[in-house]
Amino acid sequence: MSLPGYNFAYLDEQTKRMIRRALLKAVAIPGYQVPFASREMPLAYGWGTGGMQVTAAVIGPHDVLKVIDQGADDTTNAVSIRRFFALTAGVRTTERTAEATIIQTRHRIPETPLTAAQILVYQVPQPEPLRKLEPRETETRRMHALADYGLMHVKLYEDIARHGRITLSYDYPVLVNGRHVMAPSPIPSFDNPKMHRSPALQLFGAGREKRIYAVPPYTSVESLAFEDHPFHPWKANEACGLCGATDSYLDEVVVDDRGGRLFVCSDTDHCTTRRAAGHRGAAAGHALAGAGE
Amino acid sequence: MYVAVKGGERAIAASHAVLAEVRRGDPSVPVLGVDQIEQQLGHAVDRVMAEGALYDRTLAALAIKQAQGDLQEAAFLLRAYRTTLPRFCASLPIDTVRMTIARRISATYKDLPGGQILGPTYDYTHRLLDPTLLDDAPVPPAPRAAEPVDPAVPRVAALLDQEGLIRPERGDRDAEPPDLTRDPLTFPAARPLRLQNLARGDEGFVLAMGYSTQRGYGGSHPFAGEVRYGTVAVEIVPEELGFAIEIGDIAVTECQMVNQFAGSRTEKPQFTRGYGLAFGHSERKAMGMALVDRALMSRELGQDVTAPAQDEEFVLSHSDNVEASGFVQHLKLPHYVDFQSELELIRRLRAEVEERVAEPNREAAE
Amino acid sequence: MSDAPLLSVRELTVRFGRTLAVDRASFELWPGEVLAIVGESGSGKTSLLRAVHGDLPADGGCVQYRLDDGALVALDELPEPMRRQLARTQWGFVHQNPRDGLRMAISAGGNVGERLMAAGARHWGRIRAEATEWLRRVEIDPARIDDPPRTYSGGMQQRLQIARVLVTRPRLVLMDEPTGGLDVSVQARLLDLIRRLVSDLGLSAVIVTHDLAVARLLADRMLVMQGGRIVEAGLTDQVLDDPQHPYSQLLVSSVLQA
Repeated sequence: MSLPGYNFAYLDEQTKRMIRRALLKAVAIPGYQVPFASREMPLAYGWGTGGMQVTAAVIGPHDVLKVIDQGADDTTNAVSIRRFFALTAGVRTTERTAEATIIQTRHRIPETPLTAAQILVYQVPQPEPLRKLEPRETETRRMHALADYGLMHVKLYEDIARHGRITLSYDYPVLVNGRHVMAPSPIPSFDNPKMHRSPALQLFGAGREKRIYAVPPYTSVESLAFEDHPFHPWKANEACGLCGATDSYLDEVVVDDRGGRLFVCSDTDHCTTRRAAGHRGAAAGHALAGAGE
Repeated sequence: MYVAVKGGERAIAASHAVLAEVRRGDPSVPVLGVDQIEQQLGHAVDRVMAEGALYDRTLAALAIKQAQGDLQEAAFLLRAYRTTLPRFCASLPIDTVRMTIARRISATYKDLPGGQILGPTYDYTHRLLDPTLLDDAPVPPAPRAAEPVDPAVPRVAALLDQEGLIRPERGDRDAEPPDLTRDPLTFPAARPLRLQNLARGDEGFVLAMGYSTQRGYGGSHPFAGEVRYGTVAVEIVPEELGFAIEIGDIAVTECQMVNQFAGSRTEKPQFTRGYGLAFGHSERKAMGMALVDRALMSRELGQDVTAPAQDEEFVLSHSDNVEASGFVQHLKLPHYVDFQSELELIRRLRAEVEERVAEPNREAAE
Repeated sequence: MSDAPLLSVRELTVRFGRTLAVDRASFELWPGEVLAIVGESGSGKTSLLRAVHGDLPADGGCVQYRLDDGALVALDELPEPMRRQLARTQWGFVHQNPRDGLRMAISAGGNVGERLMAAGARHWGRIRAEATEWLRRVEIDPARIDDPPRTYSGGMQQRLQIARVLVTRPRLVLMDEPTGGLDVSVQARLLDLIRRLVSDLGLSAVIVTHDLAVARLLADRMLVMQGGRIVEAGLTDQVLDDPQHPYSQLLVSSVLQA
C-alpha cells in the first residue's frame, strides 16, 4: 500500500510524464544531458533527488526496488530512500541485485552483471563532465553540441605530463556511443567497464542541476584515454577479508588505532551471496560480516 | 569497534526521536504556538514565504517551528510541500499601484503624489536592546492618520516615464511568462525568469550581490526611486466566469531603483530601472533584488559584463539556498568509495615518485 | 602563387552603435601571400581582422574562403561545426596579448598539443614529440615543456602562442599586432622568426600593425586604413616608397621624421 494523501511514488502524474518525456529524449540521444523541470523533493538537493525523480517516473506497482549507496544496502541514505519508496509506492524492496527490477545507486555499479530486465538509476551530483574545466553552462553546452572536446584531453595530457598517468580515479569521463562525453557520476573508475554494452538500461538523474541523461542497453561506453596510455580500472590489490573475492571493488576499513586495515567488498550483496555459497576470506567471522556469522 | 556509517534503520529512527526532543526543549517552558510565530515573528515568516515560494503565513510559521527557527530549513520544508500542491490557475499580475499602503518612501523626491509614509520601520530606531521586552508589557496603540491613504498611489518610475527620461520596460505584456517551477532555468535567461529566480533567492546572497554593485563591482549609480509595502488583491479569472474576481490579499514589498545610465554602444543616456518584489515586509530583500536586477541587464544595455553581479550564470546558478544548502551539506554523506580510489591513487603516485627519486641515487652509488 | 584567391572579403562593414568601425572593406588574399593592414589606433584595422575571423558580427558584406577542394564558401553560410573545424585546423589567430591566445595555467606542451587533440590526435607520445619539435622551432628550450606560460617572458609567451597556432599547419594565419607589447630587441627576434616560419611553411597571412617597419619586413602587399575605410592598397614597397593617398603620405612621412 502507499501513503494516503500522496500520489503513487509521491510525484503527480503530470510531473512523471514530464520526466518520462525527458527520459525518452535522453535514451534517443545517448549521453546527451536533457534539461528537465526538477521538482523539490522532500529530500535535500545533493542527496539523490534526481535519482529519486527518475525512479518515481519509471517505477510501477510490480517492480522490485533495490537502493544502494557506496555499494551497500544498509547505509543511512540508501535506507532512507528505500523507505521513501516502500512508503509512497508500496513496492517490494530487496537487497539482492539479481531480484531487483530497478536499482537506484549512488557511487557504485553492482558486481553482479545486470540483465536486460533491469534498470540502473544513478544519482548524479554534477552531470557536466566539462564543468571543472569550464564553469559556464552556455559554453559547455556549445562544446557538446560541436563535439569540441579538445579541452578534456588537454586535462588528461597534463595529468600524464605531471604524474606519468591519468590521475582521475572516480567520475572518470566516458565517451558514449562515440558522440557525447558524459560524467558516469562519482562511481570509481573500476566500475566504468561495466557500463560498456550493458544489457541493462542506465538512467542518470541530477536533481539540483536539473539534468537527465541515459545510456540505452548495449551502447558503447568508452573511458577517455590515450592510445599509449590506455584506461586502467584500479582497485586495492587485496582480497576481500570476508569472502575472499579478488575481483570486486574493496572498501578499506580501519579496524584499530595501530594502523590495522581490513579490506571488504563494497558491494554488500555480492559479499553476502559469496559467503552463502561457502567462500571464505582471511578475516571470515569478523564483526563487520554482520549478525549472520 | 567503530562500524562505519552502516547504521541503518534503527539509527535513523533514534535520530528522529532525539531531534523531536531537542526541538521541544525544556518541557517546563510552555510550548511555542504556531499563532505566536505567525503574529510575533512576522519577518521570519515573510522570509520563509519568500524563499519557500509559497504565500501561506500559517504553514510558514509551522515550518519555522518544525525547523527550530532555522529559516533556510523552513523554506525547504515549504518548498517540498509546495511541490505536491495541484495548480488551479495562474493569477492576474498584481497591481501595486492599487496597494493598500502601510509604508511608502521615495529617496528621489522630497514630496510626490501619494506622499511619503513612514509606517513601521526599524530605520530610525536606535539599536539598543530593550529590556522591557523581557516582560509582557502592554503596547500602547499607535496614532492613526486623520486622512486615509490614497487608494491609488502612482509609482515614481511612472513620473519619470511621463518625461521619457526612463528606459521603458520592454517585452510583450500579453506573452505567457516562463515558469521557473515548471521549466528548468536555461541561459541566456529572459528577465521574467531572472526576476523569479531572484524573488526565491536567498536574502543574504541577493543582499551581498546587490551590495557588491555599490562597491564598484559593476556599479550602476542607484537611487531608491521608491520602496512600498502593503497589501494587494490577488485576482483570478475563472474559466466559467470569464471575468476577474478577487481571491484574497497578500502583503508584498516592492522596490523600484532608478539608475543613472550614461548610455552605451547601443543605448542613449537615460535612467534605467531595477525591480525588486518580495512576499511580506522584506525591504532588504526587495532592494538587493532591484540592484541585482539592474546589474543583470548589463548585457541587454550593451555594457561590459565584468562583475559577478552582472554575470547571470553566476548569480542565477547560486542564488537558491535550498540547492546550495543541499549540495554543500551532501558532503556529509558517505564518499568512502571515491575516497578509496583516491587513496589507492595517491599511494601509487607516491610510490612512483619514491622510485624516481631512488633511481638516480642508486646510479650515483654505483 | 595560384590564380585563385584563398580569401575574398567583399564590402565588409562593422558598426558599433552609430559609429562605422569598418566601412565596406574589400580585399583578397592569395595563397602564400602576406598582407599587412596598417593604420593608426582607431582606424578599424583590428575590427576588420576580427570580423574576418568571425569574432565580430559583420553588419554587411561577406568573407569567402577557398576550401581544400577549391570551392569558395561564404563563412557566414557555413554550419557552425564546420566553421569551428576550419578555425581550429586551417586557420590560426595570433593575439596581440599572448594571454588572450594561451591557457596560462596549462603547460606549454598542453598549449601546443590542444589543437592537435581537438583535431583528434590520441597518441600522447606523438603529441608530445610534436609539441617538443614546435618549441624548438620557435626557439623555446624543450626542457620547459611542462612549465605553464605564466612563468615565461613576454617574448617567449608570444613565440609559444605562434607555436600553438602553427602546430596544425594552418593555411591561413591572422595576426593582430604580434610584436605589439614587446621590447624593441625582442621584437626584432620575433619578426625574424615569423618571417622564417611564414616562408618555410608557405603560409598565407594577414598582419595588422601600426608599425610600418613590420609591414616592410613581412608583407608582400599592404592596405592603409583610415576612419574605417581602406584608403590605399598596393605592393608594400610601392605604397611605402610612393604613397598616393594624403593619409598614407602622412603616415609614411611621420615615420621617416621619427
